[in-house]
Amino acid sequence: MSFVQNFPFFSIIIAMFSGIVSSVLPGKAAKRLSFFAIGITTLMSAAVLAFCLGTGESYTYMMGHFPAPWGNEIRAGVLEALTALLFGIVMFLAVLGGLDYTKVDVEESKQNLFYILIDLMLSSLLALVYTNDLFTAYVFVEINTIAGCGLIMIRQKGRSMSSAIRYMIFSQLGSGLFLIGLSLLYDVTGHLLMSPAKEEVGQIMAAGIYKIPMLVILAVISVGLAIKSGLYPFHYWIPDTYGYATPTASAILSGLVSKGYIFLLIKIFYRVLGRENVIDSYLANVLFLFGVAGMLMGSIHAIAQKDTRRMIAYSSVAQIGYIYMGIGLGTQAGMVAAIFHIFSHSASKALLFISSVGLYEVSENKKDYLSLRGAGYRNPMAGIGFGVGALSMVGVPMLAGFISKLLFATSALESPHKMFITLLALAFSTVLNAIYFLRMVITLYRPSTSSEGKETEDEPIEAKKSSWNLRLAILCFIVLNLVLGMSSQPIVAAIGDGLMMFE
Amino acid sequence: MIQHIFLNLEEAVSVILFGIGFTMLLLHQNLIKKIMGMNIMDTAVYLFLAAKGYINGRMVPIVVDGIQDASAYINPVPSGLVLTGIVVSVSTTALMLALTIRLYERYGSLSLDQILTQIKEEERA
Repeated sequence: MSFVQNFPFFSIIIAMFSGIVSSVLPGKAAKRLSFFAIGITTLMSAAVLAFCLGTGESYTYMMGHFPAPWGNEIRAGVLEALTALLFGIVMFLAVLGGLDYTKVDVEESKQNLFYILIDLMLSSLLALVYTNDLFTAYVFVEINTIAGCGLIMIRQKGRSMSSAIRYMIFSQLGSGLFLIGLSLLYDVTGHLLMSPAKEEVGQIMAAGIYKIPMLVILAVISVGLAIKSGLYPFHYWIPDTYGYATPTASAILSGLVSKGYIFLLIKIFYRVLGRENVIDSYLANVLFLFGVAGMLMGSIHAIAQKDTRRMIAYSSVAQIGYIYMGIGLGTQAGMVAAIFHIFSHSASKALLFISSVGLYEVSENKKDYLSLRGAGYRNPMAGIGFGVGALSMVGVPMLAGFISKLLFATSALESPHKMFITLLALAFSTVLNAIYFLRMVITLYRPSTSSEGKETEDEPIEAKKSSWNLRLAILCFIVLNLVLGMSSQPIVAAIGDGLMMFE
Repeated sequence: MIQHIFLNLEEAVSVILFGIGFTMLLLHQNLIKKIMGMNIMDTAVYLFLAAKGYINGRMVPIVVDGIQDASAYINPVPSGLVLTGIVVSVSTTALMLALTIRLYERYGSLSLDQILTQIKEEERA
């Protein structure tokens, strides 16, 4: 066994222990430790990715001394390593970009607590990506929820507390359903490890017994994780949570946390319940319909928002809808598109949240359209960052969002019954996306010489520079978007390989 | 149908309890009652797991009289899961209670509806 194979385990444990150690450290040291943890785990994920691409297969890693059907396992393949790598990069940049706001929003004495939450969030995300055990997944889902709730409420202003309790309530509904689904599945199969459970599920399905329990398990687990990731009819907690948290938290929650749950759901579909069973049970169609509804309704809500940060939050509802639509298509290509959209949405949405704060800081921290006029001139870097993120969301070629839309459209051609709806929904939602995102971009580049703009007329508009870390984070996010958009071939191929290894 | 329910009495009860807890958590306006609902929901799952792990006529899985044979004991895994689950639900309950205390201090109410209307009024003012 080569040394690299230990890395998934190391990265989870490093992230977790840096959280524990941070509890006795002063704020600054905790911050450095957190950056170190994110950086090193990202490098480790890259090493695991290189290793898995080299060997061309996935491997399982035994935790403790009990072999397969009893013990606990970690599993790493191309897809897991790629996801962990991307999550690590986005997380690093989100923490980097929001650094100044973390200082302002979080009390001085609680700085280290913020970084504990970041570390715990990282370790739980990595564990969700790597784990091969259902109950471990449940435990880390809960750790993720608690860390997420902490990240929301640590900024004790305005709606953040009420949105934290709403987030908690919806998360608990979701994890309750997920837990009962796991318990039922454990009863039916007698296994908690994914691979033995899948064998058992295969035998049960072949024998044609336990039809209703299997359907209930499938439905309960999917609905539980769908609530947690904010699929359309369960999205009420999203706008408040993303709209009022500190920027780093918004970027992480919208870009990574909901994606972690979706990744877990895809993993359970492939590795436990079996993709064919999901399609046969018509559950895929239900997810498809809700996804399409989310794509349209999320965008319509986003158009109606006056607060631009809530607008970005509502756009997340639409993008989660895209991902579920891809899963609901039921084909391999649809799944690849959904996973690529997980990546591209993480990269662009985090960019939007981080660069929008750069725009607010030059507009007296106001978030409505009128105050943001001309903000693109006042803070050029943030303006460009927002422009790139918005265009990527709309789906302009060369950027990540375009590739995911292309993949959705081509995968739709493979499933004749859903082709028409998918293409129509894609077209409509692209137009709706364009309406609200381009409106914002145009606002940013309109000269701010309106009714009350006397002061700005008198004083020359000087381009205010944000701190270096915000600009660096925006620059890296733009590069990430361009990389995802321009060299998508190897990434899409890797996702395809990774999905093959899943089965 | 009925005899199925009586055969699996614990499971039926736990699923009904789960439903009650779920509905309370979803629909009740009072935050404390929401938290109670969450606890009922979690406990229902533990009852379900414990009932499934029990095998009639066998002992608690603790070796006392030197009996090493596995067939003498009940399945220990669900009990382990219940323990883990209890730890998780204790921490989420603590977190939600702490949040409720904060909200009560700030808004003087336990009703989520009232808190939300108050926030909206404050924002308008």
